[in-house]
This record gives sequence, C-alpha cells and structure tokens, in this order.
Amino acid sequence: MANATLTPRRSQLTKGKMPSYTLWVVLAASIVVGAALAALVGFSLVPWALFSAVLFIVAGTAVTGVVEGARKARNRLAMFLIYGSFLVALLPLLSVIWTVLERGVPGLTYNFLFTSMNGVTGAIDNQVAAEGTPVLGGAYHAIVGTLQITLWATLISVPIGLLAAVYLVEYSTGGKLARAITFFVDVMTGIPSIVAGLFAAALFGQLFGPGTRTGFVAAVALSVLMIPVVVRSTEEMLKIVPNELREAAYALGVRKWRTITRVVIPTAISGIASGVTLAIARVIGETAPILVTAGFASSINWNVFGDWMSTLPTFIYYQILTPTSPTATDPSTQRAWAAALVLIIMVMLLNLVARLIARLFAPKTSR
Amino acid sequence: MSTNAVKRAGGAGQSGDKIFSGASLAAGCLILAALFSVAVFLIIEALPVFGADPADVTGGDGFFTYIFPIVIGTVIAAAIALLIATPLGIGVALFISHYAPRRFAQGLGYVIDLLAAIPSVVYGAWGYAVLAPQLAIAYDWLARNAGWIPIFEGPASQTGRTMLTAGIVLAVMVLPIITSLSREIFLQTPKLHEEAALAMGATRWEMITMSVLPFARPGIISAAMLGLGRALGETMAVALVLSGGALTASLIQSGNQTIAAEIALNFPEAYGLRLAELIAAGLVLFVITLAVNIVARWIISRHKEFSGAN
Repeated sequence: MANATLTPRRSQLTKGKMPSYTLWVVLAASIVVGAALAALVGFSLVPWALFSAVLFIVAGTAVTGVVEGARKARNRLAMFLIYGSFLVALLPLLSVIWTVLERGVPGLTYNFLFTSMNGVTGAIDNQVAAEGTPVLGGAYHAIVGTLQITLWATLISVPIGLLAAVYLVEYSTGGKLARAITFFVDVMTGIPSIVAGLFAAALFGQLFGPGTRTGFVAAVALSVLMIPVVVRSTEEMLKIVPNELREAAYALGVRKWRTITRVVIPTAISGIASGVTLAIARVIGETAPILVTAGFASSINWNVFGDWMSTLPTFIYYQILTPTSPTATDPSTQRAWAAALVLIIMVMLLNLVARLIARLFAPKTSR
Repeated sequence: MSTNAVKRAGGAGQSGDKIFSGASLAAGCLILAALFSVAVFLIIEALPVFGADPADVTGGDGFFTYIFPIVIGTVIAAAIALLIATPLGIGVALFISHYAPRRFAQGLGYVIDLLAAIPSVVYGAWGYAVLAPQLAIAYDWLARNAGWIPIFEGPASQTGRTMLTAGIVLAVMVLPIITSLSREIFLQTPKLHEEAALAMGATRWEMITMSVLPFARPGIISAAMLGLGRALGETMAVALVLSGGALTASLIQSGNQTIAAEIALNFPEAYGLRLAELIAAGLVLFVITLAVNIVARWIISRHKEFSGAN
C-alpha cells in the first residue's frame, strides 16, 4: 500500500479516493483546453462544447483510473455517459421550443389568428418583402379545420373506445376475443399515421367515388389513430376501480349496466377524461393523414362533410414546402412558424388540462 | 361477480343490460373489424398496380422495381434513428431511474415526455430550418476528411437536407418512446437484486450491468422495436427534411426516399394508377410496421408472464 505510507495521516475511509474537487478541476481544465483546440479549427460554440465534453470524459475517466482503480473508472465513465445522454436529449427539446418561440412570436398577431389565406396571393407577399408592409393572411381557416376535424374524430372515437374498454374490463372473461382485441389494440397504436390516412381515403374512395376528400374522411383517419389510445387508457382506469364498489352495487340489486354507468365509470372518470385529452393532444398534431384525406384549402370551411379543409399541421407543411410567393418566402415562413407556435400551445394546453383533470377530479379514496 | 343473481331479478332494466353489453361487445368487434378493413381496403385500392403493364408504373419497370429503393430508404432512415436513439434512450432512462436525485426524477421524466408531445410537422420544420443548415457544415467536413467511407462520400449537400439529417430528426422523435418504455422496465427491477449487488461491493455501474440490464433486456428490445415501428412510419419529418431522389449509398448527399414521405409528397396530385401505386406502397409500409409491432408486443407479453414483475 504505497498510498498509505505516502499519506499516513489520511483517514482509512477516504484512502485511495479522489478529493471531491478533483473533477471540477478536470472540468475547468478541459473547458480551457477545449477552447484552445476549438480555436485551431475556427472558434465557435459547437466545436468548443464538443471538444470540452470529450476531453472531460476522457480526462475524468483517466484521472479516476489512476487514483481509484479500473473499476471506479468504469463506473465514472458510465456516469459521465449517462448524465451526458440526458443533456444531449434535452438539446433538441430546448432548440425546438426556442426556435418556435423566437420565430413564431413575431407572426402571432390578431390578424394572423382571425383571417384566412383567402385572396392572399404571391403578389401580396412580394409586396410585403419589397415594401415592408405587414404580413397579410393567417391561419383562421386552419384553426377552424383543426378544431372541426379533431372534434369529429373525438365524437367517433370516444364512444367506441369507451365501450370497447368496458367490454374488455367488465364483460369479457378473458377469452380469445378479449385477448385478440387487447393484442390488436396494441398493434393498432403502431399503425403509421399515413397508413391510417390512406385507409380512410381508400374506404371513402370505394364508398363515394375516388377523390372524396372532406374533413369527415380526415376525422375517420384520426379515429383509427385515436381509438387505441382511448381504449388503452380507459382500460387501465377501469381496472383500478375497486371490486368492492361493484359488489356493493350488485348487493343493492342494481343492474350491471346501471352499475357500470353509475358507479364504475363515475369513479374512473378523471382518469378516462385525462386519457381522452391526451389522445386528442396526440391526434391534433397529425399531418400526414390530413394531407391524404382532407386536401388543402385557403378559405374558411365550416362543413366537415363537404369540400376540402385545412388544419394547422397541413398549413405549416404547405407554407414551408410551397410558399405562397416562390420568390419572397419570408412571409410564408413567418406564417408557418406562427402556426407552429399556435399548434404547440394547443398541444401543451391539452397536456396540462389532462394532468389537471387527473389531479382535480381524482376519486376520493376515503370518505 | 355473480351475474346470475342479476339475471334472475328480471324486470324493466333487463333490456338495458342487453343493449349495453351488446353495444360494448359491438365496439370491441368494431375495432377488430377496423384493423381488418384497413388491410382489405388498402388491398382493394392497390390491386390495379399488380395487374398493370410494368411500363405504366412510375420508373417504367414494374411495381417491385419502383418500391424496392424506397423500402431500402425507409429501412436506412429507421436504422440511423435507432442507432442513435437506442443507446441515448437507455442512457436517459437510466439517468431518470437510477442516477437523478429522487426528488427531480419524475419531473425530468415529464420533460423528456414533452419531446413526444411536439407535433411531427414541427420537428420537420425544425429539421428543415434549424438542424439541416447546422449539419451542412459538419457534412462538408465529413466529405473532405472521411469521404473514402461510402456513406460519407462527397460532394456533401449544401442545404444539409440529407438522409442522415432525416435519421437524426427521427431519432429525436423515437427517443421518448424508447426512454419511457425502458424507464418503466428499469424501475421494475427487483430491489433485492440491486441491493444485493451493492452490498457485495459492486459500483453503481456494476450493479446496473449485473442486475438492471439483464432483467430489462427483453423490455429494451421491445422498446427499440416499437421505436423502429414509429421511425418506419414517420412521414412529416422525412417529407420536410429530406430532399429526396434516387437510391444512393452516401448519407450526406441529397437522395434516397422513404415510403411514407413518398406517399405524402405525391398523394395530393395523384390519380388513377399513380394513386393505386401509392396505396400499394402504403400497404407495404403497413405490412412492415405490423410485423415489427407484432414481434415487439409478443416479446413484451411473453416477458410479462415469467418476470413476475407485474
């Protein structure tokens, strides 16, 4: 034990361990050296961070290996990598939110929220770019379309999803049918959204002639995506309703369907409602199925059963990919990011509402 | 639950019982019928392609020559996404389950789940406007310094709208799926296994490799496969980010295409045989993702039975 003879006064418990400040010193050193290395390739933030991180991981592990041994070094390396992976995972989230806020806020005006793209042509956008007049046109039609299509999708999926979950939990006895439903509901959650869109397009194409594109077709496509989510969350919620409640109702002579509608579902309603809200949040941002089922419109259409419709996601998509004015794309880009901001706010609000519902209306466990 | 007693009572509510149980059974069957009809209607609408003259199909060489490159493109994009997202996702999940301070762990979990809440079109726009220009610089460097590797062959795309960028955006999108599923499994590791390892003097990492990872292996595999299913079928990110084209080996040039993006980009203008072609492509995608999902679910359900974790 060379260490013990060299530092005889150190406690036996901390023998062979690094002082706690060692890693901070290594970190500071690697940031400095990283800056120097980054300066060699043309200084900027990304290479600096990259070089510093790599240096810190290598040097930190090496120092630990020399002082504390190979096992501790492996442990430390794993710790660095795991902390690092979390930080790396945060980067895109922060970058996306920052980008949407930075580029979306300037375009988010009253005009944007309450006018459609009806009559907004490339010439107008060219004028905006040339003379700096305010950007005309907005996403009102897309907001209307989003709300309409999502509402109809919800109206279709919630009853079906709820009843299917009731069947699985309350009526089935774990037979083949129930197992098949559970399995295929799980599989359905993995259907690519564009395939759901193609299905609805193909279905209505067969029924009403090819090229039938309305808001309702889109709602059917979204239902295919939404139903499995509703079933899964409702099923989980119904399962945790205590059996004593059901038995108490039966003991009073209440019929099974009355027990389900008056006792079981009210007990689970907070969980069911938050599950439905999360399902809405999931489908409200879907683009691909809308693209192939509802077409694209630039004016307001309140009728889901006739004519093409736009939603916020397809609005964003078309504003970026086919700007209104091919030569002056800035107004279109601005509209796209403002629409992205509106969409993200909607989704985040829905997520927040879901959590609030789950918390506020949670069943009282003791009376 | 004795249903007999309820039945014997008879009376006015009986029809209500029948209607309600019938309706819920019908809803359950409707879901099965829906999945079945997805397949049926896609097949009906896709049929014209298989009977068509090969010269009429896009590319002029029949459907399989048309579909082959974009199937490969789809697989490449999903493979890049998984190669990045699986290790990263496991790392993040371990961070939340075993490394982060307990008080913050749940909150940090929510933060990562926020990644799943952002709509795919926003990721597409972000990849197109923010990530691609940044990566273009890196691609340029790669083409100059690692150009001898076929996947980094130059000249690099100046816009950065390449397969690798699309794969990275997809990785960000599947990350929350892999993270949340593996986190659940990591948390189910029997506490006694972990404590036994630590009591024997194992470091935290040794404890993880000896008790957590072996226990969670089937869960990690199925999480990765569910992520794969998502990556295969993801449309908007690829449609916006990738500037598509013919199949190329280089990941930093524009080119390659995925099934989902091919459909999204061409469907609005398609009619007649082209429409049938795109629907047939959708059918191929459906079959691939269905197979991946079924295998993943099968692994999960098999694991549930013998783990005793639930």
